[in-house]
Amino acid sequence: MDGQARFQETGASLRSMGYGLGNSTRIWKHKGPTLETTTLARKEWVAEMDRIKSHRDQSAFAELFAHFAPRVKAFLMKGGTSEALAEEVTQEVMATLWTKAEMFDPARASVATWIFTIARNRKIDVIRKQRRPEPEELTWGPEAEPDQADVLSQQEEQEQLARALDKLPEKQRDLVMRAYYGDLSHSEIAAQTGLPLGTIKSRIRLALERLRHAMDTP
Amino acid sequence: MDIKHHLTDDVLVEYSAGTLPEAFSLVVATHISMCPTCRARMEEFDALGGTVVEEMDAMPMSDGSFEATMKRIANQPKDAIKMDAPTKRGLFPKPLQDYVGGDLDAVKWRPVGMGVKQAILKTSKDASVRLLYIPTGSAMPDHSHNGMEMTLVLQGAFEDEADHFGAGDVELADEDLNHTPVAVGPLDCICLAASDAPLKFNSLLPKVMQPFFRI
Ligand SMILES: [Zn+2]
Repeated sequence: MDGQARFQETGASLRSMGYGLGNSTRIWKHKGPTLETTTLARKEWVAEMDRIKSHRDQSAFAELFAHFAPRVKAFLMKGGTSEALAEEVTQEVMATLWTKAEMFDPARASVATWIFTIARNRKIDVIRKQRRPEPEELTWGPEAEPDQADVLSQQEEQEQLARALDKLPEKQRDLVMRAYYGDLSHSEIAAQTGLPLGTIKSRIRLALERLRHAMDTP
Repeated sequence: MDIKHHLTDDVLVEYSAGTLPEAFSLVVATHISMCPTCRARMEEFDALGGTVVEEMDAMPMSDGSFEATMKRIANQPKDAIKMDAPTKRGLFPKPLQDYVGGDLDAVKWRPVGMGVKQAILKTSKDASVRLLYIPTGSAMPDHSHNGMEMTLVLQGAFEDEADHFGAGDVELADEDLNHTPVAVGPLDCICLAASDAPLKFNSLLPKVMQPFFRI
């Protein structure tokens, strides 16, 4: 299935479920490759991942490390982790990136997204000390060759999300970022701020709707 | 599977961010295993997490951190990267089988009265999750909530004052909802239910019995 067909299917079912703001709002899976694709502002990192996968290229790993390790560390510290522990967990996350490089599928996620999921799972394990139930995998083992349109599509989605996030009003951008730092669950935020849980939830929903809207407006 | 009741955005964000208690995460992961729509939505929320990481202001790593990471890699046990064997397809998706230790036939049911059975699964203490077996035509014990409850139908169906829930559907209930679900249809109803507070039973079990049954 190509990216376009998958998006249309998802978008349609979401609208019929009553998520989002009706016809004008689609989920932030974007519309497929456009002209912008040729002028990506950010580095893709997929090529570096390929070099690690195919010949354990340490210089490719060093480039990924230089870019992502300081961001993962900052992300963990924003979640309330001490600098020493954040440093240690970040090293573990980057080591996992190296050892599990074969599992990275650029047709399913961008490199940043994949690293985020590794960091999140480490955090649940080491810091929250809980197990992480994961959904059943759809397929076993990596596909022979990832579809290049899907790879591009993941990359473009990341670009658009970053732009949409920047367009959000300061307070809502902050709320979305905080929801992901994961220092507190929504009910813990409610307890701390004295606001009802329902209010926290509806604010987050509102911020997400805005984000979807921003994804739609060039 | 014709799923009509899905996970909400705020639940999916908490699951993606990793802040949802383990008990609720198990219900979410089980639903996503049955629901392509919510799987696609989860992937989008993960992508938002990736964007948040990408947008961080860099916090410098300590001196020698790259070399220390290479050392970690060299010291990793070789068998640490083995993949799990695929689970045999049964009634329960893989994440649930991991907690039960098998499929339906491995569940250690305990009767709670009126033909209703339950099995509490072991998770972190911030919330609880259990399997419920409700013979068709039977009511769940009448109860109201003093927290959030998330119920996923695995087999059969139930109805309450609000709606009908079939296999794959998720019901989210908070303290405002006082409901009496009844199992309906040809099959007995099997549900996976997570709760962040002990349920208050209005009848059937006196309050003093609740700790004993660990409801
Ligand atoms: Zn769903």
